[in-house]
Amino acid sequence: MTEKQVDTGRRRFLTVATSAVGGVAVAGVATPFLMSFFPSERAKAAGAPVEVDISKIEPGQKINVEWRGKPVWLLNRTPEQVKNLPKNDDRLVDPKSEVDQQPKYCQNETRSIKPEMLVAVGICTHLGCSPTFRPDIAPADLGPQWLGGFYCPCHGSKFDLAARVFQGVPAPKNLEIPPHKYLSDSRLLIGEDK
Amino acid sequence: MSSSKGQTILNWIDERFPLTSTLKAHITEYYAPKNFNFWYFFGSLAMLVLVIQIVTGIFLTMNYKPDGTLNGAGLPVAFASVEYIMRDVAGGWIIRYMHSTGASMFFVVVYLHMFRGLIYGSYKQPRELIWVFGSLIFLCLMAEAFMGYLLPWGQMSFWGAQVIVNLFGSIPVIGPDLSVWIRGDFVVSDATLNRFFALHVIAVPLVLLALVVAHLVALHEVGSNNPDGVEIKKNKDPATGIPLDGIPFHPYYTVKDIFGVAVFLVVFSAIVFFAPEMGGFFLEHPNFDPADPLKTPPHIAPVWYFTPFYAILRAIPSFLGTQVWGVLGMGAAVVLIALLPWLDKSPVKSIRYRGPKFKIMLTLFIISFIGLGILGALPPTAGRTLISQIFSVIYFAFFFGMPFYTKNDVGSTPVPERVTDTNSRRQIVFLILVAVTVIGATLFAKLV
Repeated sequence: MTEKQVDTGRRRFLTVATSAVGGVAVAGVATPFLMSFFPSERAKAAGAPVEVDISKIEPGQKINVEWRGKPVWLLNRTPEQVKNLPKNDDRLVDPKSEVDQQPKYCQNETRSIKPEMLVAVGICTHLGCSPTFRPDIAPADLGPQWLGGFYCPCHGSKFDLAARVFQGVPAPKNLEIPPHKYLSDSRLLIGEDK
Repeated sequence: MSSSKGQTILNWIDERFPLTSTLKAHITEYYAPKNFNFWYFFGSLAMLVLVIQIVTGIFLTMNYKPDGTLNGAGLPVAFASVEYIMRDVAGGWIIRYMHSTGASMFFVVVYLHMFRGLIYGSYKQPRELIWVFGSLIFLCLMAEAFMGYLLPWGQMSFWGAQVIVNLFGSIPVIGPDLSVWIRGDFVVSDATLNRFFALHVIAVPLVLLALVVAHLVALHEVGSNNPDGVEIKKNKDPATGIPLDGIPFHPYYTVKDIFGVAVFLVVFSAIVFFAPEMGGFFLEHPNFDPADPLKTPPHIAPVWYFTPFYAILRAIPSFLGTQVWGVLGMGAAVVLIALLPWLDKSPVKSIRYRGPKFKIMLTLFIISFIGLGILGALPPTAGRTLISQIFSVIYFAFFFGMPFYTKNDVGSTPVPERVTDTNSRRQIVFLILVAVTVIGATLFAKLV
């Protein structure tokens, strides 16, 4: 064996090139593992629209419907409750519903298609708890200005009866209004509006 | 078998595997400072709890089913399998209570272990990496505890996971997709339960074990710190090269630690047998109801060991249209712990030889940490939120102010050349002070 000068430049090039190609391979192999964490096709397909009979909801009554695994509230507001909504405006974060949390047809005073019927996803925009329905006027724990609304037990966020968030609470946005449409006076379809 | 025969076998092994030298390096000839006190029990106790968790965990997986679908009786399968373990599996209840008690006791000993590092400056040069490995262990433990808590699939499991996963959802731009990626669904569901099970049982424990090895290897490389913060390797016997203030780990500290283990197991058993729920602090009452995705329990609180960080989360309001600040604050509260070695500029390690500034700040920090822990377990009120905010400010001031208040902050007593005796009266007074603080703060928090 003759003694040869080691070509360090060539070695370094080969090391870097091998590492780079190996790195690409690692990233490639990692892809299916990372992808497997996303919802499966079955989970995606489970988001089908839900049809509800709303004729039995009395004024002032709220029912829960499950849509995509989330609670959706259907609240038949009394005329009194609808009339009280604007009184909250100056204490709300987004009284005009300017943030994109509802379909265009619900960007109005009552955040609904029919003024009395509130359809909202009952998941707090803070960290995902389901707020409690508190229709009572001025209860001791929520203060004299309370005209009925929703109170999140987890972190104390407050929403009015149009699911609009009050100022000074952790939740940053109004509750989400899901896409929905009326099939007839008594049949409501949640999850589809076309 | 004669001893020479035994020696022959040992030699045979030693030529093929470093058995004797490993035992010597880590146990029989690992020289630890002779002045270890009460605070030095918790490292070995943490190892003990790790073993308890692994053994009980293995047996729990033999009957537990990570399945969120409903069974014939309308109960989630996972929830029903935990009831099955509790009621029908022979010895099942005790294994599960050991595991659930072990989770809380893990945090008890780890918090005390970390506090020891804090008062004696165990994180300071040359032990920075030990501290960083330890911080990573703490992070792994938090992940392990959080994912394990989902498995019984009770109301608190479900809504706790919902809240924590949604924390990631508040990160701008990628947040919503990230939380869907973590859950594997648009809500916490069977997919989430299954992956948390896999991570809780395989992935995180493997990382945890590797980190524990790294923690110990790094410790045995530089040697243990001690209550005086004196480097015992500076004073070696010139003839043997053994530190004059060092004693071999075995038999001295193995015996000491076994005593600690015995006391610990008395407490542990008392909890397992007489108070496994610990009044709702170790096992929360809403978790005896099966998960209901449509109904949040009236009061959501994490298990006690997360409450200080949870209180920080709640204390920071949302502004600029996002609540990411609370999440960042909570994350920073954990990350800052790992940065202590570089924040502390003090020329001395141990609190015994530090000046008043550090002592005051540490006291305020401990009061804030315990106070946040109490407040995080209670429902929010305006008064409590304000106190949480004050405590959060102190918590962060302890870390961010550290480079300034530790500089040249030395006490009147100079650091001795050699280690000194432990003043046990001082320790008892200290423990009484901590107890009074905890009780006082609890009463105060109940009132506001």
